[in-house]
Amino acid sequence: MAMTIHVDIVSAEGAIHSGQAEMVYAPGVMGELGIAPRHTPLVTHLKPGDVRVDNGKEMMHFYVSGGILEVQPHVVTVLADTAVRAADLDEAAAIEAKRRAEEALAGQKEQFEYAKAQAELAEAVAQLRAIEKLRKIKKS
Amino acid sequence: MAGAKEIRTKIASIKNTQKITSAMEMVAAAKMRKAQDRKNATRPYADKMRNVIGHLYHAHPEYTHTFMKERDVSRVGYIVISSDRGLCGGLNSNLFRKLVREIRKQQEASIQVDFCTIGSKSLGFFKRFGGKVLAQATHLGDAPHIEQLIGTVKVMLDAYENGEIDRIYVAYNGFVNTMTQDPTIEQLVPIAGQSDQELKHHWDYIYEPDSKEVLDGLLTRYIESLVYQAVVENGACEQSARMVAMKAATDNAGNLIDELQLVYNKARQAAITQEISEIVAGAAAV
Repeated sequence: MAMTIHVDIVSAEGAIHSGQAEMVYAPGVMGELGIAPRHTPLVTHLKPGDVRVDNGKEMMHFYVSGGILEVQPHVVTVLADTAVRAADLDEAAAIEAKRRAEEALAGQKEQFEYAKAQAELAEAVAQLRAIEKLRKIKKS
Repeated sequence: MAGAKEIRTKIASIKNTQKITSAMEMVAAAKMRKAQDRKNATRPYADKMRNVIGHLYHAHPEYTHTFMKERDVSRVGYIVISSDRGLCGGLNSNLFRKLVREIRKQQEASIQVDFCTIGSKSLGFFKRFGGKVLAQATHLGDAPHIEQLIGTVKVMLDAYENGEIDRIYVAYNGFVNTMTQDPTIEQLVPIAGQSDQELKHHWDYIYEPDSKEVLDGLLTRYIESLVYQAVVENGACEQSARMVAMKAATDNAGNLIDELQLVYNKARQAAITQEISEIVAGAAAV
């Protein structure tokens, strides 16, 4: 049997693939990489693209939208992103999250009143329940 | 027979409520299993990442990233994770209670506190409680995705990098088992306990494009994955807490129905007895 290397492809939301391979191809930021067993240790970012795993019998394809590739002589780990990442995209997401917070806190006064009313209602219900209980105790 | 009818309607209405609560219990039980699977699925990613970071850290002890550097604390940030919906017992309020105690302690040490909320309940809480909310994310659904969190986490990390906050904590409910949830507050940044593991094999990597950039990307993702893990774990807690709360509600409704049934029977008996005695008295009078 040909020499093999262990491949793990994991994302934050779950393991995607784990198994032996004769060759792994990955889209690194500096160019396509082909990793054979006993490759020298390497860490690189991945571009969105296709990670191919050749296990001698078939070629398996895994789409990654970026991530990090770690190579050790007998283990290849792909830490795949599930989301498309880019500096400006992340920035946009951050701004959006900030805006949501501001909006929720300042803008929608009605909702705030609603939350307050709800809290007051809960308090009133609790008081009523307490009174009812007291009555029960008095009766018996 | 005055009270009997009212009691009957009351029993019917409680039975309806009981149906709803028992349905919610079953739904929560089914969702809980899925949430637990999801929680377990996140583990390999974080473990692998911790490994790589450990290696990098050992290979470059001289380069310490901002996320690893301790500094004097004058302002801290909390990422507070709660559920989106209620009816899950004391889950959220237990967490908030613990958090408030922690915040008071910080304030006594004259440390300022900022927040970032995930989940509608924590947002609602900080609206009432006051405090500066930097970012928020709500309505993540039963299967949260990491891209829903990227923005929120980035706001906090940016604030950390700019020196606006000196420490970031994450507060969430840790899953112990179905019956117990453990409100947890953990330090997220600076990353604690880095060099504890002894590495048997030690080597240096080839970095593409260069070590700094790789480490940057890794650490950001690592922190995001930790927050994501906390969100997923909190989700599992929410479902199990709801299941337990709804089970208790169903049992209570059952007890209430039993009690009311007894009262109803008594009222019915009394009415019948009264009718008979009226008839007998009437017959005797004739």
